[in-house]
Amino acid sequence: MTTDTFIEIDHVTFGYDSSRTILKDVSLKFPRGKVTAILGGSGCGKTTLMRLIGGVHAADSGRVIFDGEVINTRDSDQLYRLRRRLGMLFQFGALFTDLTVFENVAFPMREHTTLPEDMIRDLVLMKLNAVGLRGAANLRISEVSGGMARRIALARAIALDPELIMYDEPFAGLDLISMGVAAKLIRTLNDVTGATSLVVSHDVPECMAISDYVVLLATQGRIVAQGTPAELMASMDPETRQFVRGEPDGPVKFHYPARDIASDFGLGPGAA
Amino acid sequence: MDFVARLGAWALAQFRGWGHAAFFFGDMLRAVPASLRRFGLVVAQIYAIGNRSLIIIVASGLAVGFVLALQMYYALVTYGAAESLGLIVNLALVRELGPVVTGLLFAGRAGTSLTAEIGLMKAGEQLAAMELMAIDPKARVLAPRLIGGIVSMPILAVLFSAVGILGAYVVAVLLIGVDAGNFWSIMQTRVDVLRDVGNGLVKASVFGVICTVVALYQGHETEATPEGVAYATTRTVVISSLWVLGMDFILTALMFSTP
Repeated sequence: MTTDTFIEIDHVTFGYDSSRTILKDVSLKFPRGKVTAILGGSGCGKTTLMRLIGGVHAADSGRVIFDGEVINTRDSDQLYRLRRRLGMLFQFGALFTDLTVFENVAFPMREHTTLPEDMIRDLVLMKLNAVGLRGAANLRISEVSGGMARRIALARAIALDPELIMYDEPFAGLDLISMGVAAKLIRTLNDVTGATSLVVSHDVPECMAISDYVVLLATQGRIVAQGTPAELMASMDPETRQFVRGEPDGPVKFHYPARDIASDFGLGPGAA
Repeated sequence: MDFVARLGAWALAQFRGWGHAAFFFGDMLRAVPASLRRFGLVVAQIYAIGNRSLIIIVASGLAVGFVLALQMYYALVTYGAAESLGLIVNLALVRELGPVVTGLLFAGRAGTSLTAEIGLMKAGEQLAAMELMAIDPKARVLAPRLIGGIVSMPILAVLFSAVGILGAYVVAVLLIGVDAGNFWSIMQTRVDVLRDVGNGLVKASVFGVICTVVALYQGHETEATPEGVAYATTRTVVISSLWVLGMDFILTALMFSTP
């Protein structure tokens, strides 16, 4: 591993149960200080990959290496130490609904630091200002829209200035303006803080616009392609082309595997 | 052979479930000291679990006291033993009805609320978010609720019994005309603080642990869907109630087996 690699996935295999393998012998490297987008269809293991990096699940085989340190999910001290260095934006925000916007962003600061309350107030307002929601500090979570919730969650994720920020489907369900705001924020935050960013998504245009590197995954975490956005857009590989252009049929079939259509409708040989 | 295999698989699943629940309980107990250091969280849970159960507990205690006095009076007066009414009502409430009915009501009121709250936190990925923020959800969320439940339950049981006795007083003394001095004095002379009140409190504490742990476990292990949360709250009431009734029999046998 080079010193420029911040996260390394080394021959990782993982399944939630023995009958269903989500990731099969996946190896990837995520460069330090860059925005890497992990693209792929639903169920290809993108979010699972993030959970493995966060130590939420243990790989069945292989290693997940966080800044040179192999993650051991049984070592809770190590796990909690490494988790303090990362921030994660969940798909639907995962905000604490019994707290206000301000309290949500202040939550990690109050839990992990002994900063005086007036300093926490200033820091929280700075974080909220960075996502454009300083004026919403006193709102309850039930009073904010989906797009605002995503931005509040982002402010909470960066509350302790993490070295790694993971974004799980940051564009899903957002209107075009909110999507543009989210994309700009991801890029800006990465450039300003120098953090390493991983963006898991299936929104191709936004990811291509803000990423330094892109990894395209298929079923069981098979790597279809990886490289810069320009390289992927210029790729002549049929599977890569189908995904980046959003074509409904191609190497990835439109239909779920099924038996012959004629026999399903009783039109096959021998049908009455 | 197929039946034996299925039986074996079922037994293994049961043991796995019990083992998992035991580890969950152990993890929560280990998180208790950390929770106690942040006493504000515990106080908030005592308020949420205990204070908000007050109305149902007081109303039920009063109703049970009314009915108990009426039924006991009709039964005792036949044998000319109406003067024992105060004693019987007191022992029935303090030893049995107080802890058991409070336990059942607690499972229905606070238990379902805890399960739904934790289940929805899980469904909304709030627990996962906390974990990824390097904050242990067991210490931050579950253990304060466990302490809140264990502290609240005996207090609620005492309130239930006290209100029940007052209800019995209203019916027996004020409405039926049983002698007030006799109603109170027989309690003073025949009810033992340690044996009767103390054991009732021990029962209530045990039921508090059972109901709260079951509610938290069901919430924590719920499938993160609306149906999953609905099933989990139902399971909380059924499992807690069966445990309360079963443990009540065992504890009664242990505590009151000698006259």
